[in-house]
Amino acid sequence: MIISFTLNGRSRTVEIEPSTLVADLLRENLNLTGTHVGCDTSQCGACVVLFDGEAVKSCTLLAPMLDGGTLTTIEGLSGPGGSNALHPMQEAFHQNHGLQCGFCTPGMVMTAVALATNNPTPTEAEVRRGLEGNICRCTGYQNIVASVLAGAAAMHAPGSGE
Amino acid sequence: MSNVIGIGAAPRRKEDFRFLTGRGNYVADIKRVDMTFGVFIRSQHSHAVIRGIDKAPALALPGIQAVLTGDDVAADGLGSLPCGWGIHGSDGLPMKEPPFPMLAQGKVRFVGDMVAFVIADTLELARAAAEAVVIDYEVLPSVVGVLEAVRPGAPQLFDDVPNNLCCDWELGDKVAVATAFKKAAHVARLSLVNNRLIGNPMEPRAAVAEYNGGTGHYTLWTTSQFPHVVRFLMSALVLKIPEQKMRVVAPDVGGGFGVKQFHYGEEAVITWAAKRVGRPIKWVADRSEGFISDRHGRDHVTEAELALDQNGKFLALKVVTLANMGGYLSTFGPNIPTNLYGPLLSGVYTTPAIYCNVKVIFTNTVPVDAYRGAGRPEATFVVERLVDVAAKEMGIDRVELRRRNIIAKESYPYQTPVLVEYDSGDPMGCLEGALAEADVAGFAQRKAASERDGKFRGLGYSTYVEACGLAPSRFAGRLGARGGLYESATVRVHPTGQVTVLIGTHNHGQGHETTFAQIVSEKLGVAFDNVDIVFGDTDRVQFGMGTYGSRSLVVGGAALSKASDKVVLKGKKIAAHLLEASEHDIQFEAGVFSVAGTDRSKTFQEIAGAAYVPHDYPLEILEPGLEEQAYYDPVNFTYPGGCHIAEVEIDPETGIVTLEKYTAVDDVGTVINPMIVEGQLHGGIVQGVGQALYENAVYDDVSGQLLSGSFMDYTMPRADHLPNMTIKTHSTLCTHTPMGVKGCGEVGTIGSPAAVINSVVDALSHLGVLHVDMPATPNRIWRVIQDATMPRAAE
Repeated sequence: MIISFTLNGRSRTVEIEPSTLVADLLRENLNLTGTHVGCDTSQCGACVVLFDGEAVKSCTLLAPMLDGGTLTTIEGLSGPGGSNALHPMQEAFHQNHGLQCGFCTPGMVMTAVALATNNPTPTEAEVRRGLEGNICRCTGYQNIVASVLAGAAAMHAPGSGE
Repeated sequence: MSNVIGIGAAPRRKEDFRFLTGRGNYVADIKRVDMTFGVFIRSQHSHAVIRGIDKAPALALPGIQAVLTGDDVAADGLGSLPCGWGIHGSDGLPMKEPPFPMLAQGKVRFVGDMVAFVIADTLELARAAAEAVVIDYEVLPSVVGVLEAVRPGAPQLFDDVPNNLCCDWELGDKVAVATAFKKAAHVARLSLVNNRLIGNPMEPRAAVAEYNGGTGHYTLWTTSQFPHVVRFLMSALVLKIPEQKMRVVAPDVGGGFGVKQFHYGEEAVITWAAKRVGRPIKWVADRSEGFISDRHGRDHVTEAELALDQNGKFLALKVVTLANMGGYLSTFGPNIPTNLYGPLLSGVYTTPAIYCNVKVIFTNTVPVDAYRGAGRPEATFVVERLVDVAAKEMGIDRVELRRRNIIAKESYPYQTPVLVEYDSGDPMGCLEGALAEADVAGFAQRKAASERDGKFRGLGYSTYVEACGLAPSRFAGRLGARGGLYESATVRVHPTGQVTVLIGTHNHGQGHETTFAQIVSEKLGVAFDNVDIVFGDTDRVQFGMGTYGSRSLVVGGAALSKASDKVVLKGKKIAAHLLEASEHDIQFEAGVFSVAGTDRSKTFQEIAGAAYVPHDYPLEILEPGLEEQAYYDPVNFTYPGGCHIAEVEIDPETGIVTLEKYTAVDDVGTVINPMIVEGQLHGGIVQGVGQALYENAVYDDVSGQLLSGSFMDYTMPRADHLPNMTIKTHSTLCTHTPMGVKGCGEVGTIGSPAAVINSVVDALSHLGVLHVDMPATPNRIWRVIQDATMPRAAE
């Protein structure tokens, strides 16, 4: 079947098998390998993307559901191609050492962006609860929590454009 | 020059940008032209004879390329997976070392054991074909626990390994210990289980293999912590192909923790299969597959006794452990519960006599090998739990008992009774620092507040040391290591004065690209941004033993330091020529070579340029170019350690343990980048907290099935399980590493399980509880509380 959707700001039309998962569509068909797959039970959150602004696990979303919608992956979060400008949440992860091996990072960042969009001034406890669906094995979460708090503040700072 | 960022600074990490923007290059991201896909068929039985394998239904399916089994491996005369350590038992005989075939030969010994490899044009076709292969098993009784495995009549995994006993190993002075126990005023005794863990790096293991029929070269991309070791073991011992025709690449790797520091059968099978099929092959484990094939960690059953005099001075320690090896010997398997365990039983204490006996045992479970800490968390847990039990039984305060036995700072270097000599340390300083940081003085007030809410509150200490920076090769060789444990680094200065470092360690989260660049920036006076670190490719990096055992900075960083010194030395010779001075009068500081006492100087960039454009150059006595290499073999282990203090609250209604506070004051020697060190501590501590409170690999006793085979059944620590931790360093310098570094990758995981369980037991001590096994799950704690408080009928 053929579906059309907006992917990282550009409209895309692709032919897919109806059983294709969004994670596989991104990684295998569209070569967007920033979205990672770390489990097979929808527990780890490495594959989180933004679908119509909400954080979703792309390993549990069927590609036909994208038709007519808007999808943002980690590749679409920073500035336009060629620019090295980071999204405020990405910059916060960099400044606060919120990543080590980098594998859970795309899912963490996408989850954090959705969290901070829905709750501009989260408390530490709200951030910790909000990350419940994302597993990190490297950081012990402390610097991820600090990153999300800093990123949320930066996203909503005057002049941030968010 | 400016933009030098050196030792002690905390620049943000160089490697972050590609990970934050989705541009990492992990093995699962790799695509090759004409690539096929492989699926491993794994045993569903924990113990069975393979009576026959019918490939025909699979070979009839579309898109199938091959179905390879143990018979094909045997027909090609390939080797089995080597064990890197050969230990000896107390009888002087070598350990029993049955072959570990890359695909099962006649028998399977654990659920997950590899039986066949199916290759097809797509992943879907490969999966369908794997379903179609018919395997006829004769199921045998199995055994998964060490206590059961050594009982008479237990199922036997190997015909020539009686009682499933791989090795009966011992260390220490049995007679001196027996004598000391006779004089003891008190003996504290403890039986404990160190729970089996599954490392679960977030990136599942994966491999892509390719064979070039034109040149006879193989390439393997693999999720490995040590690509050169994989190349050596696989080419020389398993596949028997020329080492120079084998390239192993470990690109970005999504966490290791030990799980990726072994030579796995999948790597050998896929490399061999790529030539047979004549096309590239890709295999990516799904998480369920990882649970039953990634090497597991820990899994000890231990009886320990500590003898004390009437003042609480430790007289002797005796430890008897049964260690589970699983179904085969993995790369480091037998080394972990022996050489990395027994020598750590001295802890930070002056215990004069120690005896340790470890029975290394085969069972029908996934092979057990190193997992972050590897042997040292197990030893620390025994010692630190036993100290608390002794304190309770003797009515001595736990901190006071530690103070009476801790090795004084002035006593270093300190020779323990179990092989190792600690070069430096200040455990008392770490303890005192942690007491202040953790606000132990305010604990009574916090406990009273918890009690008002109907909760129990406890405080737990762990004063510990580890041996890391693996390892002095000669020493390791005497203990049974079959390889060297040095590291190598090349500093390649380009004509512009910019620098590429080629190093044999592997960065999979530790921040090497940043830390190592700081070392070079400081040593050569080159801008931090002008240093790139290359690792993980046997065709680019000369050689290396990889990353494990907190060795990268300690051993690899030392090689890098030495290679940088060599660059400066050669630079001085070039400068002496250009400045028409004696080499001995040339000084080098902050990127400038100058003649002592004059204003004549050349920058590092000018010297690099002269080395590559040698028009005015002492060619008669000096080669052009500016590139130096060093190998470094350490003279001793390093001994980081410290004091960790955990504070928990327990809800007696539910048994839920909440970690409320965590404080660590650690001695990791010189700190290159404090931000990265703190991050390593955070992650390490939480892995130890995971062992103490959440994680447990559970097998069904009868079927041998792994019951905790997914993230739904195996509890990984989550963000909302944890408080913010307080991390401080209290460093003494290592006396034998070039920069005084000790390593920090494993300290968190080594110190924390004991601190957490000691706090849990403390919270329950008013109920008469002396010990709780890990993990302290709500179910277990609720039962402990019920057992301690419910009135019982006379038995």
